[in-house]
Amino acid sequence: MFPRPIETWKPSARALYILSVLIVLLGWLLPLIIISIASFMTADQLNSGGRGLNMPNPFSVDGWTTAIKNDAFRGSFINSFFIVLPVVAISVGLATMAGFALSKYRFRGQLIIFAIFIGGNFVPFQILMVPVLRLTQDLGIYNTKWALIFFHGAFQTGFCVFFMRNFIAQLPSELLEAARVEGASEWKIFIRIVLPLVKPAIAALSVLIFTFVWNDFFWSLVLTPASPDGMLAPAGLSNIIRGRFYNAWNVMAAGSMLVALPPVIMFFLLQKQFIAGLTLGANKG
Amino acid sequence: MGNVNRFAPWLFLFPALVYFFLLVIYPIFGSFWISFHDWNGTTFQCSDGRSLLELEEDESCRRVPVMTWVGLENYERFFEKTPRDFERVKNYWVGIFTGEPVRWPRISVESKVLLNNIKWLVLFPAAIPIGLAFALFLNQSPAWVRITKSMFFFPFVLSPAVIAFVFQYFYDPAGPLKEIYSALGWSSGLIGDQHKATYGIIAAGWYPQIAYCMIIYLAGLTAIEPEQIEAARLDGAKGWKLLRRVILPQLWPATFIALVVTMIGALRSFDLVQVMTGGGPGRGSTDVLARYMYHKTIFDQDYGYGAAIAVILFLIMLVFIAIFIQQMVRRDEET
Repeated sequence: MFPRPIETWKPSARALYILSVLIVLLGWLLPLIIISIASFMTADQLNSGGRGLNMPNPFSVDGWTTAIKNDAFRGSFINSFFIVLPVVAISVGLATMAGFALSKYRFRGQLIIFAIFIGGNFVPFQILMVPVLRLTQDLGIYNTKWALIFFHGAFQTGFCVFFMRNFIAQLPSELLEAARVEGASEWKIFIRIVLPLVKPAIAALSVLIFTFVWNDFFWSLVLTPASPDGMLAPAGLSNIIRGRFYNAWNVMAAGSMLVALPPVIMFFLLQKQFIAGLTLGANKG
Repeated sequence: MGNVNRFAPWLFLFPALVYFFLLVIYPIFGSFWISFHDWNGTTFQCSDGRSLLELEEDESCRRVPVMTWVGLENYERFFEKTPRDFERVKNYWVGIFTGEPVRWPRISVESKVLLNNIKWLVLFPAAIPIGLAFALFLNQSPAWVRITKSMFFFPFVLSPAVIAFVFQYFYDPAGPLKEIYSALGWSSGLIGDQHKATYGIIAAGWYPQIAYCMIIYLAGLTAIEPEQIEAARLDGAKGWKLLRRVILPQLWPATFIALVVTMIGALRSFDLVQVMTGGGPGRGSTDVLARYMYHKTIFDQDYGYGAAIAVILFLIMLVFIAIFIQQMVRRDEET
């Protein structure tokens, strides 16, 4: 292990280590600690010089209740779930099939198709913006949540295929061969053998995609600019802060924390899956 | 696999492929096409050439944009002032180094945008060594360190828009940093000042990026075989030397991923700029290609020009995308 395990350190060095971890951690989380304290201040305090390193005085949950009671923001928040969950289902589902095809069969053009999925995943959103916008207008789903589902479902499929293909490639092919010898159809092999084996990958991907899509800001601005309750929560928050609650720092602080909450809860509950998904491919080569 | 149905893989692939092509691949070509035109984004006609006004009351038709072909004009427009501004910025730096009194020159918005993108590309990757430092600092096994790791990592799951709000508050001239500002004489704070704002936004961008690099490096460190480290230690290597000669080369796959993802992230920066400064203060002092494109298209309704900016951004990014794909495919062929 590098550095040497602290268990082997001198007690004094170990104490120093513990102390320094705590100090660095406090410094690291400072911006988040400060914003959470601010969320419990009154607008009066925040606007009259109370934005420094003060404690709430008086303690107030106005920011939280104002944010939650705001129809547009609450609408976008709830709406986010109805966008994110279908996107997870679509992209993970399609990618599991595509990943299976790209890893367990041999056919021409295989590598190029895989490369396109990987590459597409990294393109700047701006180069897709106008054509995607036009497409949603032609389909009559512009300014509705369907536009966001439609786009994100496709875009996230790229990342999911990249992930799934690499995951399925590591599964032993002997199982599939054995099933084929027994006369199972390809579809049956996929359902009965591949799907149960990729469950961990599905879990890891679902958490990641949930977070990626929940946090999207750009596409809400582009595809749902005039639909406060069709957009995703980050844009919904920005919407009310630019509009009705301009300069209402407590609403901004509480709203930011509310928007952050679902991915943060998700992360702490499913940490192992999340990190497994994120670090795939980072430690082999 | 001799008797496998030849069509089976295509059937599994088909839905994902069609869907991905429709919304990710085809639009890339669509934007290239628009970039050679002048279009205000709002004029349409029917696909059969009729004007929309000629339509009967309840008749509808497939609408296609009415665009004027302008060739490379949009690109020429973007780079028109680049040589002049390059000269001006060069003279500024020459002046600084020769001790002449010089002021920051007036340059076009496009030049500011390009310059800001360069700043992002140069400064944003600082998240990589910092992330590595955090990873080395926290690569210990006690349970409390593991909890600490998650606390260091979780800013990564926050929406960039949320990060932007958090730092907007943090940087506020009357906010938590006000004592520091007054000591330095920075009355408008970090992001209220034309010449400092981009650095403030990049620093906010570091926050989740450092967390990401840290986690990538922690995974890399776990994958190194302990025997190798012990062998190097027996040879007398320790500390800095051990890190440089043994650990860092082993971490190359992690460094590679961190580098590509960070460079692409630097070019993608939209949310932070949009929320924190909207490209300002002043005209374009913090603007970047990604946001300038959005602004030109949606607010100035200059769709052709916006598409040209998107293409320029895409071509810069393509360098990094190509490097990544090449590495992935090569790694794949080795196994």
